[in-house]
Amino acid sequence: MSLFEQMGIVYALLGAAIAVLFAGAGSALGVGIAGQAAAGVVSEDPSKFAQVLILQLLPGTQGLYGLLVGFITLSKIGILGGGLADVSVQNGLLILAACLPIGIVGLISGRSQGKTAAASIGIVAKKPDQFVKAMLFPAMVETYAILALLISFLAVNGVQL
Amino acid sequence: MNELEYTYAVARVRALETSLLTDSVIDQLVNCKTPEQCLQILEEKGWGSNDANIDAEEMLKREEEKAWEVICDVAPDLSVFDVLSLQKVYHNLKAAIKAVCTDVRGGNIFCEDAKISGDEMMKIVENKEFSRLPANMANAAKEAYETLLQTRDGQLCDIIIDRAALEAISEAGRHSKDAIIRDYAESTVAIADIKIAVRGAKTGKSQEFMTRAMASCDSLNKNELIKAALGGTDAVKEYLGTTMYAGGAAALEESPSAFERWCDNRMMETMRPQKYNAFSVGPLVAYLFARQNEIKTVRIILTGKQNGFSDEMIRERVRAMYV
Repeated sequence: MSLFEQMGIVYALLGAAIAVLFAGAGSALGVGIAGQAAAGVVSEDPSKFAQVLILQLLPGTQGLYGLLVGFITLSKIGILGGGLADVSVQNGLLILAACLPIGIVGLISGRSQGKTAAASIGIVAKKPDQFVKAMLFPAMVETYAILALLISFLAVNGVQL
Repeated sequence: MNELEYTYAVARVRALETSLLTDSVIDQLVNCKTPEQCLQILEEKGWGSNDANIDAEEMLKREEEKAWEVICDVAPDLSVFDVLSLQKVYHNLKAAIKAVCTDVRGGNIFCEDAKISGDEMMKIVENKEFSRLPANMANAAKEAYETLLQTRDGQLCDIIIDRAALEAISEAGRHSKDAIIRDYAESTVAIADIKIAVRGAKTGKSQEFMTRAMASCDSLNKNELIKAALGGTDAVKEYLGTTMYAGGAAALEESPSAFERWCDNRMMETMRPQKYNAFSVGPLVAYLFARQNEIKTVRIILTGKQNGFSDEMIRERVRAMYV
């Protein structure tokens, strides 16, 4: 078996890494941005801590989605189960492609959701009674992360080893 | 600077905006019978420094300081705000030149919170060390100093320095990467030009005087404005009606104080879109402006009350609030 023929498992693992790394980075950026805004509000009005904390956490979900896809991928290729599966190059590349949606969309949507959450924290700072409406704006961004998760989940599961 | 650098600062300013004076509080102040009642309401709103003795001037001074303290505390880069204090620096230059040339000293004539303090400016002018000033300012300072010594014309000295200040603001705006600073510079210069045109038209100033006093800006045609001013106030109104400053023409129809109020309100209009901006330095500049605007409005109300002006007269002079 040539080295090239053994690369399947590497591609599959790379897919898992992309899902976790990119989506996690998106969440880290988003939560960081929203966290700065939350800190600004709480430094003037500590009573709004609970409301702004919820908004800050919203961009954190992309990281979880990436983790979920990464976990499924690792299980599929047998890294978590104890015995490595025999993954062909074609299947390895298929798994890598399947992981891309949540990786890329997770990165972009995490950052965007963080910015939207920071803007919504501004609403809560001025009009705390509008909290529910303020929460809907960043929640809209979540839709696209969920769509990407769905496709990555179905695609990884759909690859027959 | 990356606009996300201002995320913390903007959120903090948003929280602080809830304590800005609203139109209803201003109405309440106007309806007060005495200045003491006004001060009482302001104290309840957290104005002043919690001293037992409430002094109006001390309270307003403290509020101005508080506004800057907030900005110094939250802004990642204070150099953005330099353009806002340019007028104070040029005011100090003007005051120092007049004090030195007329040899009349003393009195509270300087803005001490300017980048170049009154004492420092006095030393520069006394020793004629104009090279210590920024290049554009140095030229204006030298010209104004020599003009005042030779002609003893204080107004000429004023327009040389005021124009230099406007040009400095305009240049700072042109070189700024922040849209709010560009808008501020443009509005400041345009409104100053309009004021010069209106006052010039009323006092029959010459074309040469107005050319020397006005600075160029993008939103007004300086030559057209001067031409209109030479034709009288009605011609200025007519010209303003064709520009984005048409509101000024309507205010001029009403009264001189309505026009002054429009000038300040127009600046506030420039700042108002920042209420919906979640990032960048814009909301910080707008907050500072809003604080200065409410301090100015409170000063107008207190002065009106102290001098027995009617509520209607005071209301006519009250500026629009930011929130």
